[in-house]
Amino acid sequence: MDIPYTTRLREDTNLYNAKVGIWLFLASEVMLFGALFSSYILLRVGAPPGTWPHGLLNIPIGTFNTAVLITSSITVVMSWASLKMGNFGKFRLFQAITLLCALSFLTIKTFEYRDKFTHYEVWKTDGARMTGHIEGTPWFWKTQTLKQKNLDQISFHPDPHHYAEPRAPRGTGAGGEHGGGHLEAITIPTAEISRLSAFVPAHSTYFAVYFTMTALHALHVLGGAIVIGYLWGPGAKLWRTDPERFTNRIEVSGLFWHFVDLVWIFLFPVLYLL
Amino acid sequence: MDDPHDDSQHIARHVKVYLTVFIALLIGTVLTVAMYYQHFESVAVTVAIAVFIATVKASLVAGFFMHLVSERKAIYAILVFTVFFFTGLMALTIWSMHDNPDMTESLQRAPRAAAPAAQHVP
Repeated sequence: MDIPYTTRLREDTNLYNAKVGIWLFLASEVMLFGALFSSYILLRVGAPPGTWPHGLLNIPIGTFNTAVLITSSITVVMSWASLKMGNFGKFRLFQAITLLCALSFLTIKTFEYRDKFTHYEVWKTDGARMTGHIEGTPWFWKTQTLKQKNLDQISFHPDPHHYAEPRAPRGTGAGGEHGGGHLEAITIPTAEISRLSAFVPAHSTYFAVYFTMTALHALHVLGGAIVIGYLWGPGAKLWRTDPERFTNRIEVSGLFWHFVDLVWIFLFPVLYLL
Repeated sequence: MDDPHDDSQHIARHVKVYLTVFIALLIGTVLTVAMYYQHFESVAVTVAIAVFIATVKASLVAGFFMHLVSERKAIYAILVFTVFFFTGLMALTIWSMHDNPDMTESLQRAPRAAAPAAQHVP
């Protein structure tokens, strides 16, 4: 059975069907991310003063990842333009760069996540709080872990600055993990710890929002990369038999990829900078 | 086919536009980060500038990379509905913020300086 309107334009929409389909899908995606952004706004504005963490994400890395996604967007549109001009070799080159960018983005995000899973906050029984790293950089420890491991004390490398303290002028090196490194290791008796949490979703509303939104976005990057990878590899056979249909597929996958870039354009300042 | 993007010469001309947009997006990213290191007294100003730059960047991506500057009416029709419902969602969000007594109270509280400061142990 032939699928209608894969290349021929419909008389009523003046578009091929896949293009209408992807735009309808993107409209639903706008509402999905819109709901998450509106949740973020409500949670952020409703947070009691001093409880919303600042400066816990690495801004240079986030900036680099933004540049990576923007680069992938230009290579996607250039690959489509190459096909339109009949240059399949250039299409392959540009999409290979796109795939490299996607892989780079996900790899960098993985390292960012890993850093959060080994970064801790300690709430002491006297009300003091501090962030830093536990000796040996264990993953996912929580208050119960201390009991399960029968630990009397932990060796802790505190950060020089806690996010609830008034911020030092930006760029002076005192703004969280990207400034200033750690102080000397201190020993904290476990009896003095009322709560211990890594920077995981359970840590705070901020990290719940951060992981929900960035993980959903990363899943989109992964999904887009799989489709682009298929069309770059085995799916490219279609170019020989039906180049116009293949070019349309590239356009549709490109529209999805640009949307993923567009979401990150808002996620980056909202989560990293504000 | 009768598609505005089919003409290869037309595409070749647009490649220059794509590259210009790419550079503009990179500049926008640098400006966003530079804004972070610039100290603004008002949080509202900081948020407004960041959202404005992000909106300009998003418009460039949607307009040129996604070809919305020269699309068919059917696509615009889909987007009109999307914009309507998205705007409604955000308007309801903002409305609910001012409709909630607890949240209104937290909005009126003094900013960070008056917060119950967590004591930092060195």
